[in-house]
Amino acid sequence: MNMALLPLTSNLLPLFVAIPLGSAFVVSLLGKKWRGFSDTFSNLATFSLFSLSSFSLLLIKQFGTIVYKIGGWIPPIGICMVLDSLTSFMLITVNLIAFLVTIYSISYMERYTDKWKFYTLFLLMLAGMNGVIVTGDLFNLFVFLEIGSISSYALVAYGVEHEELEASFKYTVMGSIASSFILLGIALLYSYTSSLNMADISRSLAQGKGSQVVFFVSVLFLMGFGLKAALVPFHAWLPDAHPSAPAPISAMLSGVLIKALGVYALARIFFNVLGMTTISSSILMVLGTISMVLGGLLALGQEDIKRLFAYSSISQIGYVILGIGMGTTLGILAGLFHLFNHAVFKSLLFLNSGSIEYATGTRDLRKIGGLTSKMPVTGYSSLVGSMSISGIPPLSGFWSKLLIILAAIEAKHFILASIAVLVSILTLAYYLKVQRFAFFGELKDSLKGIKEVPLTMKLSMITLSIICLLGGLLLIPGIQKSFLSLATEVLVNGNNYAQVIFGSIK
Amino acid sequence: MIYLMCLILFSIGIYCILVKRNLIKIIIGLGIVEYAVNLFFVLVGYRVQGRAPILAQDQVIQNMVDPLPQALVLTAIVIGLAVTALIVAIAIRIYEKYGTFDITKIRRLRG
Amino acid sequence: MNRKTKEPGMTLIVKTITRLTVGLILLYGIYIVTHGHLSPGGGFAGGVIIALSFIHLMLAFGKDLALKKLSESLASFFESFGAIMFLTIALLGSIGGYFFFNFVFKGKPFNLFSAGIIPLCNIAICLKVGAGLFAVFVALVLLNIATEKGNK
Repeated sequence: MNMALLPLTSNLLPLFVAIPLGSAFVVSLLGKKWRGFSDTFSNLATFSLFSLSSFSLLLIKQFGTIVYKIGGWIPPIGICMVLDSLTSFMLITVNLIAFLVTIYSISYMERYTDKWKFYTLFLLMLAGMNGVIVTGDLFNLFVFLEIGSISSYALVAYGVEHEELEASFKYTVMGSIASSFILLGIALLYSYTSSLNMADISRSLAQGKGSQVVFFVSVLFLMGFGLKAALVPFHAWLPDAHPSAPAPISAMLSGVLIKALGVYALARIFFNVLGMTTISSSILMVLGTISMVLGGLLALGQEDIKRLFAYSSISQIGYVILGIGMGTTLGILAGLFHLFNHAVFKSLLFLNSGSIEYATGTRDLRKIGGLTSKMPVTGYSSLVGSMSISGIPPLSGFWSKLLIILAAIEAKHFILASIAVLVSILTLAYYLKVQRFAFFGELKDSLKGIKEVPLTMKLSMITLSIICLLGGLLLIPGIQKSFLSLATEVLVNGNNYAQVIFGSIK
Repeated sequence: MIYLMCLILFSIGIYCILVKRNLIKIIIGLGIVEYAVNLFFVLVGYRVQGRAPILAQDQVIQNMVDPLPQALVLTAIVIGLAVTALIVAIAIRIYEKYGTFDITKIRRLRG
Repeated sequence: MNRKTKEPGMTLIVKTITRLTVGLILLYGIYIVTHGHLSPGGGFAGGVIIALSFIHLMLAFGKDLALKKLSESLASFFESFGAIMFLTIALLGSIGGYFFFNFVFKGKPFNLFSAGIIPLCNIAICLKVGAGLFAVFVALVLLNIATEKGNK
């Protein structure tokens, strides 16, 4: 491929937003008329998105960073979309999990009414997430953040039972306040730099234009995006919202939404736009550590499977923020690798809990036991997922946790490294509790008649456990250089983001 | 000075969300918070002795206020409308299920 | 005797004024949408005004007559159709080379038929916002009636 093909192939950047948005409205128009239409159409859409995001890796290797001007207007006058290595890393993560979850929900959502409404909202949420990842403009990020958040508020309340409505109300109020903080931060930043393009703001701030207000704006963004990412002390909505949603939505929320809307936006703004200072770095590390410890301690006493997994999500996101907050190359590499791993094994665990609920009708750990004999696929994939998240070699979780601990030791934060090791042992403890109560042990009499789940659900779970097993291969130097290290370099570059973007506009 | 009034309006909205016990009053507080932020954003674009940023035929271009925040706030108002519609629908269904609007009685999820 | 048990809607004065003004409100909304590139307004504001004219009809005459004019399935169809139309206009811009490129013939400024794709986008947004707002209102009204019937 030579440079003449660049305009043709860079036209695929807007497709990441246009495909899910268009499919959502087509499903809404035609899904009522034909049965099975919504299933096939949404699966086609997510499969095409996944193949496009894998293709984007090849594009970056050929052309470097691609900047796409929407409508032909040159930034900073117009809105631009940016495809660099961090973007394609996040795109692959999000679209892979979305594809596997739509396969799973072909059978799972039969129990709820009106499947076409579910697919419409799901594709809108996916469009919002893809838009946040791909955009290069600050207000565009806010609009897509809102699209993704509002669809997730509606999806949490999908099966209208008592607890789902209560959880969705709490989540909506807290999420809207967070979005108002983000909008306030954008307004302040605009008033000092008079531009909304991320690269242009980065350039103006480096020249010292808005120096009085940068700290206040970074605190506002930390509050807003921290709530979307479920950092402590902004985590209170997560243990209510994630268990109440239907199982494929819990997998999407806990697996990718808090990462695409929360951690990615936080990393992009703190590293590339505002510039990382020692104060911000220490705040992120301290908040990450408190999240790790609090999430782990609160997960020990839970009896509901999905609530336990939700607290465990808070704990693992603490690991990711600790890694990214360190600011060193090894730390950011470890944080991003743990982000990818956690997306894979947390969605696997939530899909497992969904199939337990599908087969037995309950989520309480005290009422189930010994399920592996009747449901082997669920049992063994859950075993792989739990061992991976606890950090047992040679599964993928072990490598990422080891890298985080090594990065902490290299940066001479010995206390944080020891806390990370202790929390890892704690994680092993409560996952062993889940395995013992749910899968091994005696089969209770009331559960003698259960069967294994349908084929599509089995397929997604098997695929995700294979990725868990092979995840450690991402660290082999040849593969690592093309996937993870490039993504790390984008963040480590920091304020050079502006020069990269303005140099790539053609 | 006028930015301070916007932030006071914002804090009144936050006070309303935190203290009131009725679901509908919480929704009204959320609306106040969103409109306070929109008002702040529009006022950021004010220029001293500026006119409305509309260009008609045969007109000399003079001092105009900044039109970009006005376009952005239009989008933000519609987003606020969508959130309000969704949360009112959820509140009606909560009343159907629990029989009350009082948040101290809607506490099945705990722990 | 309670008049409310005999016929739906409001008093005779309200009904007469509604008959006179609903058409004017609809026309005003269409004016704001089509002149969106010349004067303030555009898709959002015009769409809200058009939805308000239908809601006005529902408030004054009761839900049966308003639903005969614009049923909820038709509102749902227009909503999705408006969004698909907007996305198609944006994707067709890639003929000119970029997403959202202004490819329609641009006339002289300050005329009604000028500024490329902007009036077409305004019409698409007006369809979506107007139909969406009306559908939300109808859904809340029908939900309320269902709960009241359930409580009895």
